[in-house]
Amino acid sequence: MKHKYLKNVATLSYSEGKCVGCGRCAEVCPHGVFYSNGKKACVLDKDSCMECGACAMNCPAGAIEVSAGTGCAIAIIAGWLTGKEPTCDCSSGECC
Amino acid sequence: MIETVSTKLSFQDVLGSMKARFGIGRMDYAVEPGLYAIGKPAGSSPVFVSANYKLTFDTLRKNLAGLDCWLLVLDTKSVNVWCAAGKGTFGTDELVRRIETSELSKYVSHNRLILPQLGATGVSAHEVKLRSGFDVDYGPVRASDIKEYIDMGCEATREMRTVQFSLWDRLVLVPVDLIDAVKHTLPVLGVLLLANQFAAKPFGKADVAVGAGAVFAGTVLTPALLPYIPGSAFSWKGWLLGLSCTAGILGLSGKFAKDDKLLAAGSLLLYPAISSYLAMNFTGASTYTSPSGVDKEIRKALPLIVSASAVGAGLVLGAHMIGKRKVK
Repeated sequence: MKHKYLKNVATLSYSEGKCVGCGRCAEVCPHGVFYSNGKKACVLDKDSCMECGACAMNCPAGAIEVSAGTGCAIAIIAGWLTGKEPTCDCSSGECC
Repeated sequence: MIETVSTKLSFQDVLGSMKARFGIGRMDYAVEPGLYAIGKPAGSSPVFVSANYKLTFDTLRKNLAGLDCWLLVLDTKSVNVWCAAGKGTFGTDELVRRIETSELSKYVSHNRLILPQLGATGVSAHEVKLRSGFDVDYGPVRASDIKEYIDMGCEATREMRTVQFSLWDRLVLVPVDLIDAVKHTLPVLGVLLLANQFAAKPFGKADVAVGAGAVFAGTVLTPALLPYIPGSAFSWKGWLLGLSCTAGILGLSGKFAKDDKLLAAGSLLLYPAISSYLAMNFTGASTYTSPSGVDKEIRKALPLIVSASAVGAGLVLGAHMIGKRKVK
């Protein structure tokens, strides 16, 4: 059964004009958000994007932008409290 | 001299992984970074890149049985590939540095590296190529698919490229969260024992059962039943199960009786809120929640959780403390 999280929140943006068709985005995405036909990539399922940032990191053309980070409630709450960017390092120094 | 590692896990390895799963010494379960050999690799043998978390290292070598290959272990501060990639320790800089310090090009005659796909969050393949001359191929998400990936000529199917979050994947994560929740709950029991000295109606087994039910609903039931619980927000899923558990246990213990309305109302506010919060924490362990989504969820859920808990705790305490103390 496919897991589904909140819809219409992902910050993923893709500009087809810049795409060089290397297919890296489709290769690295762990949720099948991208599809590439070898010439251009397209976004198949934006709502499955977990904003891990792998696609943007590996796009040689800079065609993808996403505000990447950790989807962890504790980290985000800790980030609010300390005023820092949320990280995987929990307060106790332990992590996933 | 390159150390050759076995593809068989010893009893010590299995015991070590059990301990890590239960949170014992979980954060310093490491192997030395550097280059290792599996079987009898030659210059043309493939190079697999991995993290220096021992659970990761063990899973990988177990799945490389029968292959002759190289294993380049990055220093990820004993954190698994995906989390380390998110932090950037499994990253372009460390990979380029490790290629140099391990003198990899002295041992291999090609320039291809196979990285776990989940490392892509921290590694920029084109930058690695530019800085080290090595080409990055992203292998499958799961080490158990590596053999098939190699057999298919280093091609991965869509299924091999997709992260799962199966029942088993979710259940192995339960012990750490459960133990953590219990640790935080124990002081509450102490406070209740103290409160009982002054209580009109002392806290008893039923209260402990409802509390334990709330923790169980949030840390065990919600992860186990995750895709089957209606809705998409974790806090909502946890609240639903917490409410069912609380209502069920209250019903069984007869707390819906007439004179306990205050207690029942307080319990129904407080305990599902606890389950909800614990379930929301599971977003950190899940493999599909986006930071934007979790941010939105917290903004909606946290104020409700906090106010329901505060009012609920007030009512529960009031129900126990106020009234005529029964003289035995």
